[in-house]
Amino acid sequence: METVPGREPFLTRWIYLWRIRLEVWLHSAGAFLAELYRRPLALLGGIVFVVYILVAIFAPHLTPHDPTRGNLRMRLLPPAWETGGSLAHPLGTDEQGRDLFTRIIFGARISLAVGIIAVGISVAIGTTLGALAGYYGGLLDDLISRFADLLMAFPALIFAIGVMTFLGPGFANLILALTFKSWVEFFRLVRGEVMAEKTKEYVDAAKVLGQSSGAIIVSEILPNIIQSVFVLGTLRMCDMIITEASLSFLGLGIQPPTPAWGSMVASGRNYLLTAWWVSTLPGLAILFLVLSINLFGEGLRDILDPRLRIE
Amino acid sequence: MRAVKIIERILATIPIMLGVAIVVFLFMRLTPGDPVDIMMGQGGVVSVGEMERLRAEFHLDKPLPVQLAIFLGNALRGNLGYSYIQKRPVISLITERLPATIELAFGALFFALIIGIPIGIVSAVRQNSVLDRLSMAGAFLGISMPAFWLGIILILFFSVRLRWLPVQGRIGFGTGLQEITGFYVLDSLITGNWVALISSLKHLILPSVSLGAAVAAVVARVLRSSMLEVLHQDYITLARAKGQVEFLVVMKHALRNALIPTVTVVGLQTGVLLGGNMIVETVFGWPGLGRLVVEAIFNRDFPLVQGAVMVYAFTYVMVNLIVDILYTYLNPKITL
Amino acid sequence: MNVALSNQPLLEVRNLTTIFPLKRGVVQAVAGVDLSLHRGEILGLVGESGCGKSMTLLSILRLVPYPGQIVAGQVLFEGRDLLKLPPGEMRRVRGKEIAIIFQDPMSTLNPVFPVGEQIGESLRIHGLLGNAGPRLPWPFDRARRRAERERVLKVLQEVGIPMPAEAAKRYPHQYSGGMQQRVLIAIALSCEPKVLLADEPTTALDVTVQAQIMDLLNRINREHGTSIILVTHDLALASEFCQEIAVMYAGRIVEKGPTDALIGDPKHPYTQGLLACIPRLTGERRRLTPIPGFVPDLMNLPPGCAFHPRCKFARDECLGQDIPLVKLGPKHMVRCILYT
Repeated sequence: METVPGREPFLTRWIYLWRIRLEVWLHSAGAFLAELYRRPLALLGGIVFVVYILVAIFAPHLTPHDPTRGNLRMRLLPPAWETGGSLAHPLGTDEQGRDLFTRIIFGARISLAVGIIAVGISVAIGTTLGALAGYYGGLLDDLISRFADLLMAFPALIFAIGVMTFLGPGFANLILALTFKSWVEFFRLVRGEVMAEKTKEYVDAAKVLGQSSGAIIVSEILPNIIQSVFVLGTLRMCDMIITEASLSFLGLGIQPPTPAWGSMVASGRNYLLTAWWVSTLPGLAILFLVLSINLFGEGLRDILDPRLRIE
Repeated sequence: MRAVKIIERILATIPIMLGVAIVVFLFMRLTPGDPVDIMMGQGGVVSVGEMERLRAEFHLDKPLPVQLAIFLGNALRGNLGYSYIQKRPVISLITERLPATIELAFGALFFALIIGIPIGIVSAVRQNSVLDRLSMAGAFLGISMPAFWLGIILILFFSVRLRWLPVQGRIGFGTGLQEITGFYVLDSLITGNWVALISSLKHLILPSVSLGAAVAAVVARVLRSSMLEVLHQDYITLARAKGQVEFLVVMKHALRNALIPTVTVVGLQTGVLLGGNMIVETVFGWPGLGRLVVEAIFNRDFPLVQGAVMVYAFTYVMVNLIVDILYTYLNPKITL
Repeated sequence: MNVALSNQPLLEVRNLTTIFPLKRGVVQAVAGVDLSLHRGEILGLVGESGCGKSMTLLSILRLVPYPGQIVAGQVLFEGRDLLKLPPGEMRRVRGKEIAIIFQDPMSTLNPVFPVGEQIGESLRIHGLLGNAGPRLPWPFDRARRRAERERVLKVLQEVGIPMPAEAAKRYPHQYSGGMQQRVLIAIALSCEPKVLLADEPTTALDVTVQAQIMDLLNRINREHGTSIILVTHDLALASEFCQEIAVMYAGRIVEKGPTDALIGDPKHPYTQGLLACIPRLTGERRRLTPIPGFVPDLMNLPPGCAFHPRCKFARDECLGQDIPLVKLGPKHMVRCILYT
């Protein structure tokens, strides 16, 4: 495309840039998938994660049972492979006669929703504040950093418990409790990286070309940082899911009868001797989900940032 | 020089502690509902006249900053409020249950270090061996398991199926243990009560493992990666060139360097220990601060929760301070 | 002194070959290297980066990093082949009989131990404090610790570090580059080795400090009779301090001989090229003539003579077989088709 810079219409230039960006993106996506293929464990993690998401989305279509109402005559039935079990209830039933398989896949909705939303908000807030603080520095940076330090003085679960206690249980409060402290990590990460990138030459080049500060941050600096944010995000999602489960276990998170894996494990405690599956299986669901996200995140880190490779 | 740095760090924690107290204070104020109701929890039903009197007693008629000042002043004097549910000052409830929690935390930390450090070292030295891969797989598992679930699985296995270890509590019946420090293991050692010692240790194992497994996994991974980095350094080659035995090359030259970043991570992980102990105490019926807090939450005993949250946060700040100070001893580059 | 004995080389390297089997191919870092070092001699090993000179030193002490391995040759030290020694014996040789100093002192000193401790460790490893009392644990070993302290101070003084008593307590990062290198030399010297392997000891230092360190090494050689193998890329430096020089290229020795002969009348085109690269401060002004081309990739060595792509005398025969070392004078050898 023969053009004189600055002379051609804005739209043409804009389309041109985005065509290049798309090609580059497709190429790197292909390379990414190839790298992922070389790491079977990470690939497995990614696949399992996707399976969980699909199961959570299509949960009502995957089972005929109602997750919240049970048949007391069918309580504490064992899973299909034990004596007395049947394929009607492949994973058995809980103490209220509700099908365990159904409750588990509905519970996935809660856990995944909490994990994704909480991480999403943390990333959004943390990245924005971190970019602003890192780029502009000064008083803004000081204030936010001090506040962040203060929040870091609380252990994560304690903080969440504190918030949940005083604001009461419920989905929204849960998200608030989880995000209120975890954005700090993303804030620090982005802030550090922005401050390091700020001094590099391409930023000066962009300034000379007359780009506004906002545009510089978004289009130039952030793409270089997005990878570490992504990696941290996947790891933190695991923490969120476990924290949510822990809070539900204590009875502080999602309230019954909505199925949440943590509260399922809690209610099964009384029947450990006679019906071990009520507590064990939901916990396995948590384990597999978190494990697969961890494996995928580790693979992601390996691919995206060779510096961090454990070689 | 080093003393100055230490004092600097100690002073730096003061504004943080202040901030913590303010945040906790605001927690209470943010709770929806009538403040008097909140303060009293469900400790009693009061008439309107009583409400006025209590409002004055709780200083709720004064402006917010004054309330904050009173709160802080009380806290400094050790008065963390009064629990109307339990009819006792918060501070005495907390100190009563604190030793149990500390014992559990130490048990978990001990487990984490005893398992995590050797695994980290061996995995790094024998990189990519079967042992290395197994250990890292185990570490992944460790960080993916919720502590409460691990606790339940352990109970199912060791207490129910195998009957090796007890299910609940801190010590068995009939051991006749004299409580001196409140730390059962210590007390049984001091009084020479071997039955009590064995019993309390048996009770301590499963909760410590549940709580410490995740930390052990993190320690193993971090130590491994930092050992790997250290082992490729030139000074390790020089140590070998001096004719040093391989064992000492690893344990003296390499480990000393690799522990530096690991210590920082351990400090951060104590946050996990502090939070997680609530859960583990609930699972194992451990009579500590964590379980007290969980009960308080359900009883809506807000002063108690508030006091406990403050104690937890302070402890975390203290631990990180100690880790920072320890760091200056380990890393000679920052004494200047 | 028995004349025959003093003519026997103290350290003799025969056909030393070290390879690195990598995923992409096999790298011959050291390909059939022969060296001989006599008592009290300073031997220079000169070549560009990546030619294998550092790896030769590491191979002598069997410190080749994974995945490299020594696959052929002998390293005869006082008659014994070091490559065949059991590990325990080899450890006794390292540091005590043959010591090594590396290129970048900051990264070679352990940052968490004080300097005195690092020197004293050598003494303790080789049990050189034996006559100061029995081996008791702390705190009963006062006599030993005192003996160690004295030895450490003595060796610190010898390498020219001022105020040795305070210096011993400091950490490596508190020293400048030149001082750190002196500490490394002190560590090497502490057990009074017979051979000192010096891997580019001055490359990371300023020119003035370079001169000081080289003077120190010279003094050690004269006063203690320590033989030195000096590895450097600086032919001028080698010509000033070494009695004999060996020039390496792509893992092979291409020319070696007494300094005067080599510098005065270099035979191998590579040596000639190296000499032409040295800027002269005196004499008539002339252009610097660099050697064209690049150092070859050790995995894709050109067939025959490794230097021929860059050699202005290259002929068809150069691509043939491996060219052996040819004797030109009593101690002067060249590996070039021009002289066979």
